[in-house]
Amino acid sequence: MSIEIGEGTPVQISEERQLSETRREMVLNMGPQHPSTHGVLRVRLTLDGEVVTACDPIIGYLHRGVEKLGETHRYSQFTPWTDRTDYVAAPSNNLGYILTVEKLCGIEAPERAQYWRMIMGELARVASHLVWLGTHALDIGALSISLYCFREREFIMDIFEKFCGARLTTNMMEMGGFARPIPDGLPEMVRDFCAIFPSRQKDYEDILSANPIWLSRTRGVGIVEPAAAISYGLTGACLRGSGINYDVRKAQPYLFYDRIDFEVPLGTHGDVYDRYLVRMEEMRQSINIILQCLDQVPSDGPLALTQSNYVIPQHDTVLTTAEDMQRHFIWVIKGFSPPKGEVYMAIEHSKGELGHYIVSDGSPIPYRMRLRTPDFVNLQVLPYMADGAMLADVVALIGTIDIVLGSVDR
Amino acid sequence: MGLMPQPATHAATFDPPAQESWVATRLDFLVNAARAYSLWPMPFGTACCAIEFMATAASRFDIARFGMERMSFSPRQADVLICAGRVPFKLAPVLRRIWMQMPQPKWCISMGACASSGGMFDNYAVVQGIDTIIPVDVYVPGCPPRPEGLMYGIMMLQEKVKRERLSDGDLRHEMEPDPASGLYIPPQAIDELSEPFGNSIHQTRSGL
Amino acid sequence: MSDAFQPVLPGAAAPQQPAPATPTNIAYRDGAANPSADALRAHFAAAIGRTEVIWGETTVYVDGAHLADIVRWLHDDPAQRYDYLSDITAVEYRDPELPLQVVWHLRSLPFRRFLRLKVEIPRGAPLDVPSVWSIYRSADWFERECYDMFGITFEEHPNLRRILLADDWDEGHPLRKDYPLRGYREYIQPGFEAPAPRVHSRLRRP
Repeated sequence: MSIEIGEGTPVQISEERQLSETRREMVLNMGPQHPSTHGVLRVRLTLDGEVVTACDPIIGYLHRGVEKLGETHRYSQFTPWTDRTDYVAAPSNNLGYILTVEKLCGIEAPERAQYWRMIMGELARVASHLVWLGTHALDIGALSISLYCFREREFIMDIFEKFCGARLTTNMMEMGGFARPIPDGLPEMVRDFCAIFPSRQKDYEDILSANPIWLSRTRGVGIVEPAAAISYGLTGACLRGSGINYDVRKAQPYLFYDRIDFEVPLGTHGDVYDRYLVRMEEMRQSINIILQCLDQVPSDGPLALTQSNYVIPQHDTVLTTAEDMQRHFIWVIKGFSPPKGEVYMAIEHSKGELGHYIVSDGSPIPYRMRLRTPDFVNLQVLPYMADGAMLADVVALIGTIDIVLGSVDR
Repeated sequence: MGLMPQPATHAATFDPPAQESWVATRLDFLVNAARAYSLWPMPFGTACCAIEFMATAASRFDIARFGMERMSFSPRQADVLICAGRVPFKLAPVLRRIWMQMPQPKWCISMGACASSGGMFDNYAVVQGIDTIIPVDVYVPGCPPRPEGLMYGIMMLQEKVKRERLSDGDLRHEMEPDPASGLYIPPQAIDELSEPFGNSIHQTRSGL
Repeated sequence: MSDAFQPVLPGAAAPQQPAPATPTNIAYRDGAANPSADALRAHFAAAIGRTEVIWGETTVYVDGAHLADIVRWLHDDPAQRYDYLSDITAVEYRDPELPLQVVWHLRSLPFRRFLRLKVEIPRGAPLDVPSVWSIYRSADWFERECYDMFGITFEEHPNLRRILLADDWDEGHPLRKDYPLRGYREYIQPGFEAPAPRVHSRLRRP
């Protein structure tokens, strides 16, 4: 059966075929423009009635060649593109990239900057989980949760805006620390947020966690066994929901996560409900981490390295001394040249393990800029989870993997 | 250098009657007000701008004040296509098909730098401006635009809707310019006209 | 597809060793190598090339023909237990003399180790490497992406087709160094006589 649309291009719509006495088959196309696919994800489902027999996610509808752009631009120019990869948690992307370049150059930012990076990274994690919860609940049917989550997210956007000027695509992390001072009143703003958020989160849990509709739509759906989770390379809440205790912050600590006391929540069954509980607990732990960081951060001290070739010179010395003006000019126009070599650095992004693999040949432009994004890998498990699930469960499964298509397609 | 002489143009004429009747102008006002204050958006949200669009629809910025809270994900029931985010070439036919599926009257808001001009992604994968695929009414700059910016764009669109006249017969025609009409300028002429600054249509000019 | 594999929790195989603290002093070159590098050399003498340690990460160059056996041994051997595949990617150098390298990032959760394997494909040789899909399911999309971006074919991959670009993208493989940033084709306003369109072929006007 074909239908003429618009200019006469025929479209094949799959007919239901009878394969045998009891089995039928129909191919249904979901997306790329669809309210529940969290972006432009296309899923080709093969259905037997309401039951999915095969599922083929087709990605690439948001591919924009970020890795190719990284090969033609300098290290300092690449940070804005990392924002747009996973746009709901932009500071985390910046952080992963900057930590990788710092590892490649062999420098480390001062203590105060490291603490503020942790605070901003954890705020980004909370922001990302709020978008996840809002859209996941919206897809399953709890429409009001999305409005509540975005209301909380606005507080975090205000904090980002006070810190760096932008709400969403923040571009806030820089080589060697932060070039601009921490604005007045920012620690108090973060503390205020941490004071109100737990009660709001308790509201969400009161609505959802014991709700019979929520339980029936998420319990027992999309079970991933631990062995399959490791084989499919899952990270983040997808892996921890199946009980594997792998969190990059604990396994290969970066920044000062080894000085902070926090727990890693684990699930037991590996279904959608467990991943929901894991992410809710991660939000609580993030608030805990932020408060500890605010207590431990030195209230004054340098925010950026000053004498390193890899770090942009400080603003005041640039405008007053000749050497720093020259260094600034060369740093901006020509770029800094890291040593030859390659490095892979992973951080615990809200979606999982975000890894950057940079190959440097000693020039200011990277040879190879590879972003190993967690969603790209996590999305591979969708056919495994959807096998035998109902069509309505596919929506819950896409939400539980927590994908952001900018990060999947890069 | 100098500009090429302009090709003979065939002007699209709009001849309203010298004085429209009072009833016709009131009818215009009613119809346009009804359309402008209940534009149902079709959020073709791809990327970061889609998150800002969702924030605009959320409680702090509240797009429901404009009558636009009913997101229509089916293009058949939508009035305005808000293309929020970058459109790679793989997605371009999808956008075109969605636009063709929307019934008239329809408008388009190109939200963000990537939808308006390709944004910061000037490479092999991204369409350098959706106005090469679909006709756009309002461009909202920003990367991503603040919710206030998007609302300003929506208000501009509302002004545009309110200025429409039912007596304008050509308003709802989607024309592809006939190459013989002179409205069409071939790409080589566009390049000549825009030397030496180049233009976003001619992509491979820098050899990168 | 799940066999009797029992997942071992991180660090479980080396419980006396606490989780590594944030490393502050790593040598740029010639630091302590991953013990798996020596174990590989002992087990697969001929197929192992040189070993490099840069910023504390060990890279082992291996022979492409034996890659599948090497990776399977790393996965199954109880003293190695590389149960997690982080990434598969490729690096092409601008210098036309240097070979194209295909890179595997492996992680051992029980032993808290990280290893990078590289296979070098000289210029002019066919871009063919074995697939590790039978060992790690996550290799599926990694290998499809390498095929899409570089043109490297992976033998015995079940479903090797383009993933990030359209299926009928016929301009080549974008991450190759000879592929220009902005692509080859002019891009066109739909409906007009002009160079070949880059829009998906179904929309071409007849």
